[in-house]
Amino acid sequence: MTDVNVIINEKIEKFGKERQALMPILQGIVADKNYITEDELLLVAETLDLSAADVYGTATFYTFLDVVPRGKYVIRVCKTISCHMAGKDQIIDTLEKTLSIKLGETTTDKKFTLLQANCMGWCHKGPVMLINDEVYPELTPEKAIAIIAEYIAK
Amino acid sequence: MKDKKLTKVDLIFENDGTCATTVLDKVRAMAQDDVIMEMIDSGLKGRGGAGFPTGLKWKFTKAENSFDKYIVCNADEGEPGTFKDREILDTVPEKVFVGMTIAGYSVGAKIGYLYIRAEYNFLLKKLNQKLDAFNVKIKDKGFDFTIEIRSGAGAYICGEESALFESIEGKRGEPRNKPPYPTVAGLFGKPTAINNVETLVYATMIMKYGAASFKLMGTQDSRGSKVFSVSGDTPNAGIYELELGMTVEDFVNDFGDGDTKAVQVGGASGICVPRKKFADMIIGYEGVPTGGSMMLFNSTRSMYNVLKDYLEFFAEESCGQCTPCRIGCQQLLQGIEAVKRGEKHPSYLDSLKKLAETMKLSAKCGLGQSVANPFSSIVDNFREEIIY
Repeated sequence: MTDVNVIINEKIEKFGKERQALMPILQGIVADKNYITEDELLLVAETLDLSAADVYGTATFYTFLDVVPRGKYVIRVCKTISCHMAGKDQIIDTLEKTLSIKLGETTTDKKFTLLQANCMGWCHKGPVMLINDEVYPELTPEKAIAIIAEYIAK
Repeated sequence: MKDKKLTKVDLIFENDGTCATTVLDKVRAMAQDDVIMEMIDSGLKGRGGAGFPTGLKWKFTKAENSFDKYIVCNADEGEPGTFKDREILDTVPEKVFVGMTIAGYSVGAKIGYLYIRAEYNFLLKKLNQKLDAFNVKIKDKGFDFTIEIRSGAGAYICGEESALFESIEGKRGEPRNKPPYPTVAGLFGKPTAINNVETLVYATMIMKYGAASFKLMGTQDSRGSKVFSVSGDTPNAGIYELELGMTVEDFVNDFGDGDTKAVQVGGASGICVPRKKFADMIIGYEGVPTGGSMMLFNSTRSMYNVLKDYLEFFAEESCGQCTPCRIGCQQLLQGIEAVKRGEKHPSYLDSLKKLAETMKLSAKCGLGQSVANPFSSIVDNFREEIIY
């Protein structure tokens, strides 16, 4: 994990200290550890001279900028029409059993969080899931189990 | 006029390593107005779905008297059933950059932003590498233009142009009132030409082959070809570039599984075409316009489940800013659920249709305005499936 000050400074250097640096900063924090803490939101607000409410309001608008604790690997299973028709429910069932958590929950070792998300642009190769930024199309329950096993071994 | 048949085209993904250099040199030698005239002449309309003539958009942006102007490439492809822009950015990113450069040159913009959805973060490493080399290349060729990449963070609404500007500016992605239109006051309040990924690649190809050859394809109202994202109940799901102007029937004959009962044209916010209308419905601006999404449903699918899926999507992705969309999406969803459970009389569907029409008139942006498309076309054509 990188010190959040380092991320903030790096982004400010690239995008300036204006409002438009806000998204890159929040995205940078999420890229590092998958969620943003309250202290970090306050620090970002202070650094960019914005109100804390404004920063919180912006972060919570976007589904990929989580402000609640998430695991090291965030799994997002596409739930929209094509993936639904292709059997995303079985994939979610399989993942819930494999990880012993329900949708929306994080494993006790803080390694995995299981979420659903809207269309990810792989409708011809559903069901699909993202693990952090990595894409896994054309899933079957067996494939999903194998992929999770790889991450558990990491 | 239904003389066009399904014809496959290979323009967008055409493999030509010298395309960028040839086109950039050609454009650099032309006057700005001549480039814009060529685009207007080609009849190219925006390929993101709304279908505004690209050449006119550039003309309006150029006409604005402002030192700062911007080009934005909209790669926030979030419409369910659409995945062509991902493939384009993955396989021919340089053609997108060239299109942005042509746009920048003709309107007088110095900076171009490519706004890409967070779901496509996996493309960023490759895109950034290609872009670094490209930025150097266009400087060497004498273009005063730089392209930067900005990422989204999982919000469908940011594909709406003014919400996308808000997002680049570091704010909540809430659409603005129009007018003023982006060509007058867009990103950072400056004149902005914002185009879809595919539109910009067509701009590149039109400058390569000329407007005249582009115009030979398609119909009066729908010139050229288009990239289609085909999914659902089909043995041939994938990405196909097809000439515009074919009927839904032509399309289904090639892509259906023999049992197609409906095709959703234009994604969740598009129109559902039932089997009885396949033969008469042209895919294009004279019939059903589309951003490229073609979802096929066979007779095993419940259209109630399809509509419910769409409404859940819209209820979640509505930004919540304006009341017609925020409340309307939820009421439509709860309404069809209540009819299905028998708690409401089937005639309640007609009240819901009125609500959808009200949203079309009163919602602030395209999201709320277009929910009536799938709602009315599914309820009208598959009423019994919604009720029973």
